[in-house]
Amino acid sequence: MKSSFPTRVVAFLASAALLSVTACSAGSGTSSGGSSPGGGQDLSIGLVAEPASLDFTTTDGAAIPQALLGNVYETLVKQDDSGKIVPSLAKSWTVSADRKTYTFDLVDNAKFTNGKQFTASDAVFSINRVKTAWTISLKSAMDVVSAATAVSPTKLQVTLAKPSNDWLFRMTTRIGAMFSETGVSALATAPVGTGPFKFSKWNRGDSIVLTRNDDYWGTKPNFAQITLKYFKDATALNNALLTSTINVIGTVQAPEALSQFTSNSKYQVIEGTTNGEVLLSFNNSRPVFKDVRTRQAIRMAIDHKALLDTCWAGRGKLIGSMVPPTDPWYEDLTGIAPYDLAKAKSLLQASGAAGQTLRLRLPTLPYATSCGQVVKSDLEQAGLKVQIDQLEFPAAWLTTVFKNADYDMSIIAHVEPRDLGAVFNAKYYTRYDDPTLQADLAAADAGDEATQVADMKKAARRLSEQAAGDWLFLLPNLMVADKDIKGLPTNAITEAFDLSKLSR
Amino acid sequence: MILRLIERTAVFLVSLAVSTVLVFAFMAILPGDPARVALGVNASDAAVAELRRQFGLDRPLPTQYFDWVGGLLHGDLGTSYVSKVAIGPQVFDRLQVTLWLVVAGMIVALIVAVPAGTMMAARHRQVSGLALSAVSQIGVAVPAFLAGILLIVVFAVKLGWLPANGWTPPAQDPGMFLKQLILPALSLGLVQGAVLTRYVRSAVLDVLREDYLRTARAKGLRPFHALWRHGLRNAAVPVVTVLGLQLATLLIGAVVVERVFVIPGLGSLLLDGVSNRDLLLVQDVVMVLVLAVLLVNFLVDILYVALDPRLRASA
Repeated sequence: MKSSFPTRVVAFLASAALLSVTACSAGSGTSSGGSSPGGGQDLSIGLVAEPASLDFTTTDGAAIPQALLGNVYETLVKQDDSGKIVPSLAKSWTVSADRKTYTFDLVDNAKFTNGKQFTASDAVFSINRVKTAWTISLKSAMDVVSAATAVSPTKLQVTLAKPSNDWLFRMTTRIGAMFSETGVSALATAPVGTGPFKFSKWNRGDSIVLTRNDDYWGTKPNFAQITLKYFKDATALNNALLTSTINVIGTVQAPEALSQFTSNSKYQVIEGTTNGEVLLSFNNSRPVFKDVRTRQAIRMAIDHKALLDTCWAGRGKLIGSMVPPTDPWYEDLTGIAPYDLAKAKSLLQASGAAGQTLRLRLPTLPYATSCGQVVKSDLEQAGLKVQIDQLEFPAAWLTTVFKNADYDMSIIAHVEPRDLGAVFNAKYYTRYDDPTLQADLAAADAGDEATQVADMKKAARRLSEQAAGDWLFLLPNLMVADKDIKGLPTNAITEAFDLSKLSR
Repeated sequence: MILRLIERTAVFLVSLAVSTVLVFAFMAILPGDPARVALGVNASDAAVAELRRQFGLDRPLPTQYFDWVGGLLHGDLGTSYVSKVAIGPQVFDRLQVTLWLVVAGMIVALIVAVPAGTMMAARHRQVSGLALSAVSQIGVAVPAFLAGILLIVVFAVKLGWLPANGWTPPAQDPGMFLKQLILPALSLGLVQGAVLTRYVRSAVLDVLREDYLRTARAKGLRPFHALWRHGLRNAAVPVVTVLGLQLATLLIGAVVVERVFVIPGLGSLLLDGVSNRDLLLVQDVVMVLVLAVLLVNFLVDILYVALDPRLRASA
């Protein structure tokens, strides 16, 4: 008699369990497809950090150009995988002898997705609009333009106020994006460009869907539809690839977890370089950093190779200054301040900084958090005291460290291309005031290509010798993808993620 | 009864009003300038000031508060600082997703808790009851996100039975919807179920000691039938109260579980809003969550009275 009640409960639980097992096995047949149909026509790419808006003219952040630049919007000139400036919407261009006038020959068969033909007057409109309607700080790169004129529908002339090599380079970034005069009414939700893909749908909180632009003027993409799926953390991203919800991890966020892919023949791992210099920044306006010996001591106290192994699984490149290998003026400058604990100690004694407490204020980003601990322990070995503060990124870090320069040291990756001059100047949060450096940079910008390379080399070397900061390492471009995906870029050196060359 | 209804309604409305002030005040003291986050590094102070003006952040705080509450009363949640899209429809879309999760989680919790709790009570002096008790104790200690991660590792990554993350609306693909719902619902529901089991157990134990149950047993009813016919309805009264409170916990748990399973619900909207300093959006989402919790408690209070005639008499 007594057993009847528990028996029923057990029977009930057992049937519930059975039910759930049937539900599970019903799923097993098709779950490998995930939410992407997985055929030859579609592709799903996992990325981190969904854009907040689709309008990169008024909202900053790398996520928007990553999705749209080169895919939906195109520029007159672009960078290839090795960093060279090559034609895009401009077939060719010439520079006048005084280096102030650029004449572009434009392609004659490009069309915006709203049906309008792309002409030189759209280019004039786009260039002028940067100065009038854009709000993000990058727009200042367009200040040097004094006039843009449409000579004919396919000929554009741009006059600069002074010679600037940097201007043409910046035209490969988002400020060079070509907009349609009739296509800028709803940039935040309905982008219109000439690119190989059309913006199709934004499932907020989940994904952005791009479809092939069948009227594209250039080589048409292989995939009819590419979904960019956004994940909040590395584990979810990895799991999505492991369960075939996505086909590609666009940016690996946890290199220490890569082994689950490298050991599996279903996947390929791609490693190249980026523009992301992970900088241990110094607040150069603080008395303790006025003495070059203190700054050099810090660089020599850090065992960079060991640091990279510990905090980024050995993936990445040691650079020794603010230049990635894909820039024409790159030199290996890691020899300027080699790891030398004894020398670091004596330099600190000489400068009087030994025993001082430095505040290392870290943004809540994976590489900063993990490398911060190594930096602390290395510097404490050399005789400094280090106090670590975590600041929520972006908001709290931006206000405290970046705007108010209320810090001694911080760690952040500077991912802007060719940002040496932007990062090391008196107005920036590094508060690095060096007239010699500024003079070198100005000469580099105004001269011809050979002068530019020579002067930039000089600037990079000076920066490293002066120890204006310490370059912990260059972030690697790490991607994992299904074995059969082709056309993934080895290096990620532009803001754009070129999807048009991908195929299976 | 009527008096109690009026009293509860008044408490509900006052709590709601007070929470608007609190939510607004918390947003106001949150560090980080929305305009600077939107414009990014290198933005000039002039540009930031101009954007603050566009957002209306340069107005006095009381003005901002009354504008916001005034909008809420008209059902206007405003426009996001960051995405420049109306917030109302976004919150409504995301709320539907979160509700599916909460409801599914609640169903799982009940399926676990009612039989397990009843059995634990009925056999509370036997080894099997004690063993169940211990298992539920472990369940109580496991946070929902940990349960989620474990479920993903086992059922998605190792066994490949179910997707690890993602969300498909039921209207679009019901099969995929169910597959993607199972693991999040389990991670929410199992943990909540373990908590609920404890309450069901003690409620049933209390009922078992009641005179009327002894009477029923004396009349010759078998223990289970006695409990079924006379006990469970009475045991339901305290359990419903807890259920209401748990619904609030489930809502908060869903915020975390959405993150683990990459589900575009209210929780992920809230987290994105916080990191983008999309203050108006955060204010709105928090208010919706607060409203939901207060509403549930209000309804539970009323249901409580309806379920238990003794309370009706005393009121």
